[in-house]
Amino acid sequence: MNPYKRAPFVIIATTLVYIFLYAPIVGLILYSFNASRANVTFEGFITERSDKVVMDGSMVVSSPCGAFHWYCDLAKNNDVLEAAGNTMTIAITATIIATIIGTMSAIALQRYDFKIKPFSQLSLYIPIVIPEIVMGIGALTLFSQLFSWVNSTFALTGDARLSLGMATVAISHIAFMVPFVTLVVQARLQGFDKSYEEAAMDLGANEWITFRRVTFPMILPGVLSGALLAFTLSLDDFVITFFTNGPGSTTLPIYVYGLLRRIITPQVNALSTVWILVVFSAVVLLQILQSRESKQHS
Amino acid sequence: MTSEFAVELRDVVKQFITPEGNQLNAVDHVTMQIKNGEFFSMLGSSGCGKTTSLRMIAGFEWTTEGEVYIEGKPMGHTPPFQRKVNTVFQSYALFQHMSVYQNIAFGLEMEGVKEEEIKKRVGRALEMVQLTGMERRKPKQLSGGQQQRVAVARALVKTPDVLLLDEPLGALDLKLRKEMQLELKALQQQLGITFVYVTHDQEEALTMSDRIAVMSQGKVQQMGTPVEIYERPANKFVADFIGESNFLEGKIKSLEKDDARVFIPALNMEIRGLPISEGLVKGEEVVVSIRPEKIRITDKNAKAENLFHAVVKNTVYIGADTHIYVSAQGVNLKVLEQNHISRLDPNSFYHVGQDVGLMLMPENTLVLKKDA
Repeated sequence: MNPYKRAPFVIIATTLVYIFLYAPIVGLILYSFNASRANVTFEGFITERSDKVVMDGSMVVSSPCGAFHWYCDLAKNNDVLEAAGNTMTIAITATIIATIIGTMSAIALQRYDFKIKPFSQLSLYIPIVIPEIVMGIGALTLFSQLFSWVNSTFALTGDARLSLGMATVAISHIAFMVPFVTLVVQARLQGFDKSYEEAAMDLGANEWITFRRVTFPMILPGVLSGALLAFTLSLDDFVITFFTNGPGSTTLPIYVYGLLRRIITPQVNALSTVWILVVFSAVVLLQILQSRESKQHS
Repeated sequence: MTSEFAVELRDVVKQFITPEGNQLNAVDHVTMQIKNGEFFSMLGSSGCGKTTSLRMIAGFEWTTEGEVYIEGKPMGHTPPFQRKVNTVFQSYALFQHMSVYQNIAFGLEMEGVKEEEIKKRVGRALEMVQLTGMERRKPKQLSGGQQQRVAVARALVKTPDVLLLDEPLGALDLKLRKEMQLELKALQQQLGITFVYVTHDQEEALTMSDRIAVMSQGKVQQMGTPVEIYERPANKFVADFIGESNFLEGKIKSLEKDDARVFIPALNMEIRGLPISEGLVKGEEVVVSIRPEKIRITDKNAKAENLFHAVVKNTVYIGADTHIYVSAQGVNLKVLEQNHISRLDPNSFYHVGQDVGLMLMPENTLVLKKDA
């Protein structure tokens, strides 16, 4: 039996960790069913017909969606839908591109020796350790300088003018996602036996087929973990997005931040709940895939 | 087949740069001619250059100097996937994400063989290695011996001119290894394909090979049939590496084609032996090498050529043989006798302290160069 099982300190510490980790999330989900318009107090769950006396207009009187009132409200909110669409578009695009670049650099760093290799390896850590706000400001400066130079040099006018938007957000996201993907894939490659590739080539496969049929399937779990990490980083990025977005490229974190400055309704909670569910399902899915994979391999 | 030789290495050098920045010839001016249909082994301890030589034939490494020929054609920088050779790897290197069937079919797919044809040939390959019915298993679900068979089937299904095997039995336990040795040898004879086999296990090489190249420090020390290598080792290294040998140091007194007289100071006598190493000269300091089983123990009073006295120090019963450790005027020698008589009677053994005579047959008393 595990001797630490009954140590009171362990039990207390574990409980505290779970409380601080999950109580906010549970609270947040609970408040998405709040009968009160104000997000400060919990006035009970919404029912189809609220019997409560409306004193100050803060209570919901009737709800055709029942307990899911705020979710229905959310679904009718075009701004939210647009922000959600932007977020997903940016996250998916940036993840695909960052995963490709990150995987390629991981393989290059693993396989080849070149003069600037130590520098390349070190440079991977810089975007990870550097404060996000610095990267955000840096990206903003770069884009605005570059765009004003391009716009004036080529005398671009109207819609042709380059400005901040979806593309700049995506590019900035790719820039900070690549190192994460590279490091995760590199870890997977560390234990990769070169003789698998030699065997494939020995059996008649050229370099490309060897990569596609042997190397890639074998490092796929690492690539997927890297991609998922990058995806979630992009989904909830606020700071860099804040600096690099423009009109029409509002993402969910930016939108929520905007809402909070005006009125806080349980709509925000409903939105967050949906968001948590999406990310959580993605993680669970990946776990299932990986455990199935490792079962086949052992 | 255009050439007499399946594989030929002509004056091949492979140079590596060590982490300290020194140049190291892993393979040092090696020339080998491997005949069609031959079971050829490269034998040596780790770092002798055998695996590097094999990898140059496969195309995983390129020669620094010299040239590798396959079926008479110079290989140059031909990539592995364009060489008519296939490799069985030490680690097997089976594709873990593919089934047994997919692993074996992979090489045929690369050739663009039609699906029904692939099915047929994979089936036959599995039959050949006695793994029929295992098609859908993943490599991890197989035992070490079965994985080894899949690796052999995967390489052989391509019907290569030459099969390269890099210590393929190294990961198996002794009993299975012995079984697989015989199986591989039978397979090679049945298919008539040239096998180039790399091993550090001398018994394995002797059991399986038609010819063996004994390698050390990047150089071929001797090339020959198992019998030649064992009975007529070219130098002290080979005599020591293959089997066991007793060595006596001495100086050549007289030298003819098949007859060398060597004075052994430790025994204070002249011994007649067979000159083996090339370039021996009269007056040269040499070593005389005798296999333990080639020494005859006789009566202490016998008088004959190449006979001297010794005292039994110890006897060790090994079952099939008895090892007798003797000392002749301070020179320790090992003698091996087969137990063709029953040893139940303790008196059938030589006893410790017994005076005996040791007789060396001149044709088994090999005169070798000292430093090699």
